[in-house]
Amino acid sequence: MEYLFTKEQTQFRESLQNFFRKHSPTSEVRRLMETQLGFDREVWKNACGSLGLSGIAIPEEYGGSGFGPVELSIVCEEMGRSLYCSPFLGSVICAGSAINLSSANKETKEQYLSRIASGEIIAALAVTENKPMWGDENFVTAATPIDKNTFQLTGEKNFVISANAADVILVITNLEERATLFAVERDAEGLDISDLSVMDPTRKMSACSFDKTLAKCVGSIDLETLCSHVLIYLSNEMIGGAQQLLDSAIDYTKLRFQFGRSIASFQAIKHRLAELLLELELAKSACYQAAQALSDNEKIKERSSLAKSAANEAFLKAGLECIQLHGGIGFTWENDTHLWFKRAKSSEVLLGNSAINYERLLLAIPTVDSVLRRAS
Amino acid sequence: MNDFSELRKEVSSWINANWDPSLDLITWRKKLADSGWGAPDWPKEDFGMGLSPEESSIIEEEFSKKGVIGAAQSGVRLLAAVTILEHGTREQKDRYLKPILTGEENWCQLFSEPGSGSDLAGATTRADLIGDEWIINGQKVWNTSAHHADFGLLVARTNWDVPKHEGISYFIIDMRQKEVEVRQLRQMNGHASFNEVFFTDARVSRENILGTEGRGWQVAMTTLAYERRSFDRARRVSSDMAGDASIYREYEMELEKANEPYKWYPQRAGRGDLVLETAIETGAIENAAIRQEIARFHVLNESAKWTAARAKAAQKAGQPQGPEGSLGKLAASRVAQSAARVHTSIMGNGALLTGEGSLKDGILAEVLVSTPAISIAGGTDEIQKNIIAERVLGLPKEPRFDSGPFRDVQKNADKSST
Ligand SMILES: Cc1cc2nc3c(=O)[nH]c(=O)nc-3n(C[C@H](O)[C@H](O)[C@H](O)COP(=O)(O)OP(=O)(O)OC[C@H]3O[C@@H](n4cnc5c(N)ncnc54)[C@H](O)[C@@H]3O)c2cc1C
Repeated sequence: MEYLFTKEQTQFRESLQNFFRKHSPTSEVRRLMETQLGFDREVWKNACGSLGLSGIAIPEEYGGSGFGPVELSIVCEEMGRSLYCSPFLGSVICAGSAINLSSANKETKEQYLSRIASGEIIAALAVTENKPMWGDENFVTAATPIDKNTFQLTGEKNFVISANAADVILVITNLEERATLFAVERDAEGLDISDLSVMDPTRKMSACSFDKTLAKCVGSIDLETLCSHVLIYLSNEMIGGAQQLLDSAIDYTKLRFQFGRSIASFQAIKHRLAELLLELELAKSACYQAAQALSDNEKIKERSSLAKSAANEAFLKAGLECIQLHGGIGFTWENDTHLWFKRAKSSEVLLGNSAINYERLLLAIPTVDSVLRRAS
Repeated sequence: MNDFSELRKEVSSWINANWDPSLDLITWRKKLADSGWGAPDWPKEDFGMGLSPEESSIIEEEFSKKGVIGAAQSGVRLLAAVTILEHGTREQKDRYLKPILTGEENWCQLFSEPGSGSDLAGATTRADLIGDEWIINGQKVWNTSAHHADFGLLVARTNWDVPKHEGISYFIIDMRQKEVEVRQLRQMNGHASFNEVFFTDARVSRENILGTEGRGWQVAMTTLAYERRSFDRARRVSSDMAGDASIYREYEMELEKANEPYKWYPQRAGRGDLVLETAIETGAIENAAIRQEIARFHVLNESAKWTAARAKAAQKAGQPQGPEGSLGKLAASRVAQSAARVHTSIMGNGALLTGEGSLKDGILAEVLVSTPAISIAGGTDEIQKNIIAERVLGLPKEPRFDSGPFRDVQKNADKSST
């Protein structure tokens, strides 16, 4: 695409919009966010089956459709816009990317990816122990060998997305000082999954503890690369949410009359919306370029953190502005704005707020990195 | 995808047959203008070839690859050209377009007045038709390179009894008459690139109205739309073409003279390109707090470049302009302001100094005192936001107080009476 979406990509986006309009109206989001599972299995099956969403980024050889990162980013953006509740981020993006980027052989990858692609299984990725950024963790979860491929895991992982629905939990911890991916089956002994009371109820998370739990070793993995991949998809999801908030603020301010005129005719409001549009379009550019960087496999660390910090600022600003421009009704539970606002907050914290990503992106610039190394 | 190899071949063979560095600059450019290769995206009958902007940029690429000097581009000339192309008569096109391309004649934009800047349609410089001439009286201000100009794009009032937008007309005025007085104004950054221009019974011949009487607003919109789209067009201060022939020295000298008023323009845009470099040179990069500012600026700067690239790609592909197309000027002003902030942090005490002896030969000090211009010139940030809100987001207009006959519209508040 370079700077423009192709006609096919635009049509693809439109078909996604139709699907989510139909299957993820806010009434549905509100219903699902109150359930323990957090999504509708029928709709998810449909999304995996007829739309083929879960297979989009998975290479054709593993049963996916082998579209590129740009198409996958479009999916994320549209899901973020409609706040579609599903295990997509946890299973397809996080777990799928982890398997795909691991050193596992073709057969092992196929075994997991083909089932993730078909929606037959839901996988979750357990990395976080203490830190917002995966690359900053000093893992304490212990992996003790039983035989060549089988290990016992003991430790705790936190903020595992969609673990509540997962058939298999993929765990990353160190093995001989290398980040390594392990697979734990849902019914494994010593595995405990407890749901967290999260602020953003549209994205379920759990704490997982392992007590001498049997795990298969999948392969080693480069944490920074994995982190960059997930950051890019998450950022694209975020700008979809921000767009929805801007649209909603525009619609509302046009209809709301005070002082005998539409409040959207007040310059104080027009200027804020123009500013917000600017912020959003800048963030979109950053996110689209990051997706492009993934397809070109170039500068992905810098671009991923650049996209995340831009998306953080735009989404959060959109949330706050949208509430403010709605006035009192914007602060009610009944008004939908808070659903996206909470998604903005949860997304901001996941994999680093702007401050953390600012530092990460600068360190990804070789000249900066080498100067700082010399200095320290 | 079309790789334009046919077109490239065609340009190459034209260049091989015609480019002659032993010609003098004007002779060469006349030949270029007559051939159509100097302005390929202009219509065929007007010194162009009727090609698309994309094809045109391919041609420009081929020219610069081969070290061939193209048509003159500096200054306000292209604003004049697009306006004449769209609204001019056959005679006006024949008279003015060619010397624009050859660089023989320079232009300036005479829009702003002491009493009307953002509110361009509130102009009070008057034009009265007496016999066969328009007689011009009044004052313009902040007119860039008016001191070099042969002609001016002038907005003046021709009717005071109708609503303001309907009473203005657009003229081409000869700046080399003694009834036009140009006084240079010194700017806060020490340069003097803009001017005050006074008209005392200055003359414009009847046929030099551009568009029809009372339709000046529509004509001015063409100029402004182009100006706002091209505000970030790189203004080359020196040529990157080298050659021994004297035509290159002529070209060099022309650029230097034409670009003299614009030599601080790169600083006005913030010089974001110097941020990392200076931070590393000064050691400021080792300060974690400053790194945060640098990264925040980097995100903005890169995002703005990509947003401009998206807009350009859409335009080239002939797609309808998305929101990104209207945001460029506002984004550029935000980039410039943020650059000035981050430069200040990096410079530390160095930001107290100015002049050649200060950091980066004074360039950074010049950034600090030049960036405020970008959010004013060519339409202020506030005006850009009004436009974005109304045209892109479709928000309703504000109530207005100036829709009656212009004569009755309230002008600047008189201090003595308040
Ligand atoms: C470097 C430079 C080069 C220039 N070159 C030229 C040139 O070549 N030719 C030329 O004709 N002019 C030129 N100008 C003038 C420029 O176009 C005007 O300065 C500009 O349009 C603003 O007009 P003004 O200065 O009268 O400010 P005003 O219009 O008086 O504005 C003052 C303040 O009020 C705000 N304001 C005004 N109207 C509104 C509104 N409706 N809503 C909200 N806020 C509003 C403005 O944003 C601004 O902040 C140049 C200016 C600069 C700085």
